Order: sequence, then C-alpha cells, then structure tokens
Amino acid sequence: MSTIHKSPWLLHYDGSSCNGCDIEVLACTTPVYDVERFGVINTGNPMHADIFLVTGGINSQNAPVVKQIYEQMPQPKVVIAVGTCACTGGIFKECYNILGGADTVIPVDIYVPGCAARPESIIDGVVKGVALFKEKAAALEASQKAN
Amino acid sequence: MEMLVTALICLPFLWAILPAVIHNSKCRAFFVYLGCGIVIALSVFTAVQWFLAGGQTLNFDLPYRETFDHVILFGDLFLMCLITYLSFKYKKGVISLLAIVQTLLVAALELFGPEVEELPALRFDWLTFVMILIIGVVGSLIGIYAVGYMHGYHIHHHKELTDRRSFFLAMIFVFFGAMFGLVFSQSLIWMYFFWEITSVTSFLLIGYTRSDEAINNSFKALWMNLLGGCGIAAAIAVGILAWNTVNLYEIIDLAIAAPKALYLLPIGCLAFAALTKSAQFPFSGWLLGAMVAPTPSSALLHSATMVKAGVYLLIRISAAMADNYVGNMVALIGGFTFLAASCFAITVSDGKKVLAYSTISNLGLIVACTGCGYEETIWAAVFLVIFHAVSKSMLFQCVGAIENTTGSRDVEDMQGLMAIFPKLAVILMIGIAGMFLAPFGMLISKWAALKAFIDTSSVYVSTLMVLFICFGSATTMFYWTKWLSKILGASPKEKTRDLTKKNEYISMFFHAIMMVALILGFPWLSEHVLKPLSNDMFGTVDQVISYQNMIIMIVLLVGIFVVPCFNYFLTKGQKAKQVITYMGGANVGDNFNFVSSTGEPKEMHIANFYMDEIMGEKKLFTPAIMISTFIIIVYMIIVIGGAF
Amino acid sequence: MISSRVIIAVLYVLLAPFVIGLLDGFDRKISARMQGRKGPSVLQPFFDLKKLFEKEFLTANKTQLFMIYSYVFFIILSGVIFYAGFDLLLVVFSLSTAAMFLILASTSTHSPYSAQGTHRELVQIMSCEPMELLVAVGFYLATKTFNVSEVVANSVNSNIIYLPGFFVGFVFILTIKFRKSPFDIATSHHAHQEVIKGVTSEMVGKEYGMVTLAEWYENAILLGIVGLFFLNSNPVSFVGAIIAILVVWFLEILIDNTSARVKWQLMLKLAWGVTIVAAGMNLFLLEIIMG
Repeated sequence: MSTIHKSPWLLHYDGSSCNGCDIEVLACTTPVYDVERFGVINTGNPMHADIFLVTGGINSQNAPVVKQIYEQMPQPKVVIAVGTCACTGGIFKECYNILGGADTVIPVDIYVPGCAARPESIIDGVVKGVALFKEKAAALEASQKAN
Repeated sequence: MEMLVTALICLPFLWAILPAVIHNSKCRAFFVYLGCGIVIALSVFTAVQWFLAGGQTLNFDLPYRETFDHVILFGDLFLMCLITYLSFKYKKGVISLLAIVQTLLVAALELFGPEVEELPALRFDWLTFVMILIIGVVGSLIGIYAVGYMHGYHIHHHKELTDRRSFFLAMIFVFFGAMFGLVFSQSLIWMYFFWEITSVTSFLLIGYTRSDEAINNSFKALWMNLLGGCGIAAAIAVGILAWNTVNLYEIIDLAIAAPKALYLLPIGCLAFAALTKSAQFPFSGWLLGAMVAPTPSSALLHSATMVKAGVYLLIRISAAMADNYVGNMVALIGGFTFLAASCFAITVSDGKKVLAYSTISNLGLIVACTGCGYEETIWAAVFLVIFHAVSKSMLFQCVGAIENTTGSRDVEDMQGLMAIFPKLAVILMIGIAGMFLAPFGMLISKWAALKAFIDTSSVYVSTLMVLFICFGSATTMFYWTKWLSKILGASPKEKTRDLTKKNEYISMFFHAIMMVALILGFPWLSEHVLKPLSNDMFGTVDQVISYQNMIIMIVLLVGIFVVPCFNYFLTKGQKAKQVITYMGGANVGDNFNFVSSTGEPKEMHIANFYMDEIMGEKKLFTPAIMISTFIIIVYMIIVIGGAF
Repeated sequence: MISSRVIIAVLYVLLAPFVIGLLDGFDRKISARMQGRKGPSVLQPFFDLKKLFEKEFLTANKTQLFMIYSYVFFIILSGVIFYAGFDLLLVVFSLSTAAMFLILASTSTHSPYSAQGTHRELVQIMSCEPMELLVAVGFYLATKTFNVSEVVANSVNSNIIYLPGFFVGFVFILTIKFRKSPFDIATSHHAHQEVIKGVTSEMVGKEYGMVTLAEWYENAILLGIVGLFFLNSNPVSFVGAIIAILVVWFLEILIDNTSARVKWQLMLKLAWGVTIVAAGMNLFLLEIIMG
C-alpha cells in the first residue's frame, strides 16, 4: 500500500502573476491553516516534490522553465494550477507575452479557481490532488511491473 | 653483506657519471632505466637477504675504511668550496659563512681534536631496512618517471629553458647514494657528509631552471639546510670534546641513561638539524620554494628522500627524547606544523602547493610522534613514513602528468577528471585516499599518536598536542575531501589525448599496486617489521594496537574497497531516468550552462571553498613562523643552558 | 558479556531507525506546537521515508547511488562499532569516512545547489570533528580506555563529573550534527532557501530515503554518546542516560525553534571557540587531576 498520499511534498512555482496567489499559498503553511498536518512539506526542490503547485500564468520566458521543472519531478506527480491566471491566463491573458494557463505547457490535474485563490480552496485542491495519488501510484506500479 | 652495502652506497654515485656524460637522449634514457633497475634490485635484494638472515643488527665497516674516511674529509671540503663559489657567484656570499664555519669545525676536530674511539662506521638494523626499501623502490621509480617527464618538459612545455637533463638525472643518482649512505651511517661524521650532499644536491635540483625565482628558492633551501648542518656539526663537536665519540648510538645511549644536562645537548642539536631538513615550521619555506623545480625533483624531495632524512634522524634519536625538553620541543613543533600547514593547504588551489603543504603537515605529525618518543608513536611514525613516501610520490607524479596533459595543475581545473582521464583520476584518488582515509596509514597513526600524547607526562605539552592533532585532523580532512570531490562527476571539457608517457604510467601503476599491497599487508608489516623495530629501540615488544582494533581496521579496510565496488555492481544495472541537475529550471539542456539574464547561455563554474580570509597564507604565515621560532629558541636555550 | 554486546549491536541495527524516526516525529509535533500549529502525525517521518522509496528513480549521475549505499554502510558500521562497545576513536574515524562518501555522492552531479551545500557540509564536518575526537580523548583520560564497553564497565561514577566541559562542547556541536537551526547551513528543512536542499538537492526518491535513514542511524550514535556521559557500571544509570538523552533532544528542538541561521564563518568560529574553551579547559584540568 503506497503512503504517498500521506506525505505529499509541494513545489511551488509562481509564474506571471500579481503575487496574490503566491502569498495565499504561503498562508497555507502558517499556523492558521497549517497544511503540514496533512504531511505536506513545502520543499524547494523538484527532485523531492510530489505536487507541483503553479500560480500565475505562463509566458514565453517561463514556459521552458516550468517544463523543465516538471520533468525533473519523479513519478507519481500531480500538478495543481492555483488561481485564475494559472488556470487560464486570467487578467493577463491578452498580453503579448502570455501563452495562457499552466496547461499550455504541462498537463494539469487539478484546477483551483479564484483571484486570489483562498487558502481553504488551495488546501481543498491539494487534498483532491492527494486523492489522485492512489490511482497514479497504482498506475506507476503497474507500468513498472509491465517493464 | 658488507659488499652489498658498499655497492648500494657507491654504485649510485658512480652511476651518476653515466647520465652526466652521455648526451644522446635515447642512450641516456636506457642507462637511467638500467641504473634505476639495478638500484631497485640491489636494495630489495639486500633488504631481503638481511631479512631472511634473521634481521640481526649488524655493525660493520666498509672495506678500506681509512680511504673512505679521507674521501669524506675531502668531500666535505669540496662541498664547502662549491657552496662558497656558488654563493659568491650569485652574490649571496653570506650563506657561504654557514658552510665554512661548520665544515672547518668538523674538519679541525677530526684532524687536530682528541683521538676518537674507533668504532664501526655503518650499521644495519630494522629502521635501515625500512628506509633502504623506501629509497630504493620509491626513489628509483621516480627516477624512471623522470626520464619521460623531463622529455615532455623540455620538448613540449618549456622550450625556452636550457636542456640540462643530463645534469638533472645525474643528480638524482647522487641523491640515492647520499640517502643510502645516510641511513647506514652510525658515525656522525659520515652522516654529516651524506647530509651535506643531500643539502647541496637539493639546492642544485631546485635551481634547475635557473630562473630568478628558482635561484632565490634554491638559496633559501641551501641556507636553511646548512643551518641544520650546523646542528650536526655542533653535535659532533660536543661528542668529540666531551666523550671522545662520534658514534650516534653511543650518544643516544648516553642521553637515554642520563637524560639531562650535557647529555641532552647533542640530541638537541641533532633534533634541530632534523627539523630543518624535514621542513617543519619555521623552516618550511624551502620545501614550498622547491615547487619551482620540475615535478620529479619535487617528488624526490617530498616523498622518498630529502625530507625523510630529517624524520629518519628523529626516529633514530626519539628514544632519547622521551619526556624531556628536546622531545617537547620536537613534539610541539611537529604538532604545530601539522595544524598550521594543513590550514594553509585549505587556502591554496595550486595542486602542487596543496601537496607541498600536505607534505609539511604530514611530516609534522611524524615529527610530533617521534618527539613523544614512546613505542606506539614510533610505531605510528614509521608507518606514516612508509605510507607517506608511497602515496606522496604517486600524487606528485600524477599531478605532474595531469599538468603535462591538461596544461594546468590547479585543483579547480580538475573538475570531472574522472570523465576525461579516468586512469589519472583513479591514481590520484588512490593517492589521496592513502593520505587521509580511514583504515590507511594516517588513521592508525593518529590513533596511536593521540593515545600516546594523552599519556605524555608534561601536562602542557600533552594538552596542546591533543588539541593540535584533533584540529589538525579536521583541517586535513577538509582539504583532501574537497580535492577528491572535484575529481568525480561530469566534466565540461572534451576528452583529449592523454600525453602521459608509458614509463610515467608504469611508475604510477607500480606505486598504486604498492599502496594497495601496503594496506592489505599492514597486519603483517606490523608483526614482522615494526615489532622487531620497536624491539630494537626499546627492548620491548608490546602489541601497540589491540587485536580487537586490528580486526575493526581490517573490516574498515575491506569496507572501503569492497563495499563501494560491491555497491557499484549492485547499482550498475539499476534502471534510472537520466535528468539534468536542478538550476532553478534555467539549464540550457545540460549541467554546465544556464540561461543568463540576457537570455544567452552562460557557463556555470563551481568553485571550492578556500577560506582565504580566515586562514590564508597572507594572514597566518608570518605568525606561524614567529610562534614556531619562539618555541625553538626557548627550548634550545633551555637545552643549551641546561648543559652548562 | 560478549553475547550482550552482540545483542545491543543487533538491536541497534534493527531498532535505531524506529526509535530515531519516532523521536523525529515527536520533534515535528513539538516544533509545530511551539509554533502554535497542530502538526503532522508522529508517524509522519515513516510515511515520508516509505514514500521516498516508492518514487520513480531519476538521477543526474549514476555514480551517486553507489556512493550513497557506501555512506549508509559506513554509518551503520560505525554504529555497530559503537554499540558493540569497541573503540570510540574508531567510531569517529569511521563516521568521517562515511561523511566523505556523502560528499562525493552529492558533488558527483555537478549541481550548483548541491555543490554549495556540500562545501558547507564540509565546513560543518570540520567544525565538529575536533570536538568528536576530543570526546574520545576525554573518556580515555577519565577511564584509561577508548573502549566503549570498558568505559561503561570501569566507571563507578558517571563520567560527566569529570567531563562537564566535554559535555557542553559536545551538546553544542550536536546542533550542527543534527542540522538544526542556527547551524542548518548545509541543507534545509524549509523551502525558499538559498541552498534549496543543499547536500541532498540532487538525491531523488530512494537516494534521499537512504540518506534520511543514514542520518537516523547517525543520530542514534550521537545520542548514544550523550548517554555514555551518564552511564556507569550500575545498571540504574541507564535510566539517567535515557533522561539525559531526552533532555538534550528537547534542548535541540528548543534551540532549533528559537534561532535563525548564521553564516558558516560564524559557525566555524563558534564551534571551534566552544571546543577550545570548554573541552580544552576540561582537558587541561583533567590532565592535571589525573596527572
């Protein structure tokens, strides 16, 4: 039985945004919301992360960066787009340099809307993402056995 | 046996003529190889012969002793004239004073002084046995290496220099002869002669390139070593005037029997001489300056010969230094040097300079062990001498080869050497491992030394020495590990042709094999060589290191070789997805370049820590010299003052 | 006697991860409570460890994995030497050999963050090593032996009465060894740091899991040394040793939660300063007393 859903470690990347969602993500780790009680650790390193949490939109400069970071994360992994900008590009969508939401470069599993997304809804998204891990871990195991 | 020893001492001197007169490169190379081969064979044969004969201490004379006595007297005077001539030629006349004073003192006492008791001039015992093997095998291998290296040195890298290879190779043979003579002598006059030869030869080797820097450094080496020579001359004078003897062992026995007053004086003088030769602070400058010479001579000076002459003498007299002022002086200087030199080694990035400081630091530990003068420290000291000779010679050769191949000997430029020159990298790693890793020489020696220093009777010396060793071993770990960590990993450079000559590889591989053999054979070595050695000196045969610890060390040893290999094969078949390293997502497709702020790829350089601001040469070198000078002066005053 | 030593060593190999992992879990719980949070389950470290072994294996350099295996091996070996009651000095040497493998593992990737972390780790090792060696020296002075089992068997009183300075120095470097703030400079438990994860930056999944496991084994040795200060031939002292270990452990958590990271220069100076003053002075006095 996999325990990955009990210790999902976060990697937080902030793209083209107003930093509102960025701050709300950090708020989740404060005593008020204490996301660590679910075993979540905010790690700075893709190699150790299970959940890729993207806030802000994707522009032509950060697109390769996001892609690279995604590739450096080991399976099973979940991508959560937090905030309207990360979901669709949001208010910046029409800017010359914006490609759109996080799903323009990497596959996104969970969308957390909001401008800015509330910590409660972010935690809700994370918990939903954690639920996905069970399937993903099982799929990974199956693919490893198949090899 | 007499014949063998005579051959061992005289042959290198005579053989030196061959490379000196033959100027055809190939022909000369052949004779150098042959000479080195003969020296190896002869030294091993002599040693084995003696070992098989039961390892009895032999006192004997060379045939035609009288003639040799004359030769030595004239040799002394000749060296004096040579030094005087050269120092005036290069306008450093003052230095010749040192030579003149000491040589005339010795010569006058010998000719006009009181009649000296006639005793055998040579002696063969366990320490000699160890030393001739080191000089014969390690030294000759350096000789073999030198042929190929010097070829590359002149043909590829330093075309501007005058090609004086004949001279260089000849000097190497002279060095062997002098070292053999030194370790066999029991007459101080003989020892003094050979001692002076090594001083002068090293002076000539350091000045090989004749650049201003080389000449300055060679004179530095000369005056420091001549100062040491004065110590031996003084010891001879005291011996002749006070007890009518120039026999080293008689002087030692007298000092052991009554370790005070006048008896301690010659021991103090000899110890002083040995400190200069083994490049302890404040006399470290000459060994650092010796770096300007081509690599083989650095290897020669640092590993098997020159500096080992100093520690050899200290090990000889260590029984007379147990728990007295001379011993305390030697121990403190050694311990201090161990710590200070290893701090400096952290702050330099030139590979050869790191090696130079590590030599000084390691010798410091050996010197500290001898200064303690207990059985277990002598055991440790001899061990360190053996390990140090092999691994340091290997390291110097390897750094020399790396410099010839990659054009740089800077540690920073060795990033990922494993990926481009795996053979050189493996040799370098074995050498470094031999210098500091657990279960190798250093560990055993530190273990024994710590134990002995805690038991030392003087509270101050004991406390200081324990602190020196504890801190020194931490700093030693630092500079070796950081070097080691550079070698592994990926390299930004392309693979290029390895310019290392075959004979250089032969020498280095032979060293590597010796290193491994030494490590594996260490219990045997302890049982069959070091035990009789300590029996020779102390008359007891205690098990220095307990049986239990021996087992643990063997486990560690197996661990360090077998476990990584085993794990290597275990993980070799491991399926792994290759990824690039994390650089905040800004890598340009590989591990060496990142996207800079302008959007252009930029190369990333990772540098080691050097801590220049904390323990740099500029900051601490002068204080280190002052502290050590203070220690030496104070203790010498005590010893000299106590004599009258 | 011999059989009991073997049993202790076996128990160490089997139980150390569980005990230290549990302590680690409580550590996180207590830290959370100190910060006014609820904190994760006390079993969280085990969940984390298990997860790490289940992750996909990525690597930037394959040599890393075997270096890490060797690191784990040497840490466990040092622990066995210690708990089976062999030579304390060899434990320290073996630990520093192990540390070297960790360093080689992390530099083999040529990554900026792990290189940065590694060099800081080296500074940490350099800061701690004198004190570790001095602890062994202290026990030798007090009991005339380096052997852990004899240290315990030969002492009528707990050695702490002879070695208070050594104890202070050792507890000081424990903060460095446990990678706790203010000396968590080589690696960091928190995101948004200049070193990312320092030494462990490039270690993925099971590699990181192995390193975590090795750290638990190492902490078991270090806490064991803390206990050694209080153990004597009387079995009752065992209780005292446990209490002392727990007090020191709590103290480390407290320091961790009340201090901010310092620069490595300050760490080096502080660690060496405390070593020289506390342990050096104790050493000097002990030499005079034991004369």
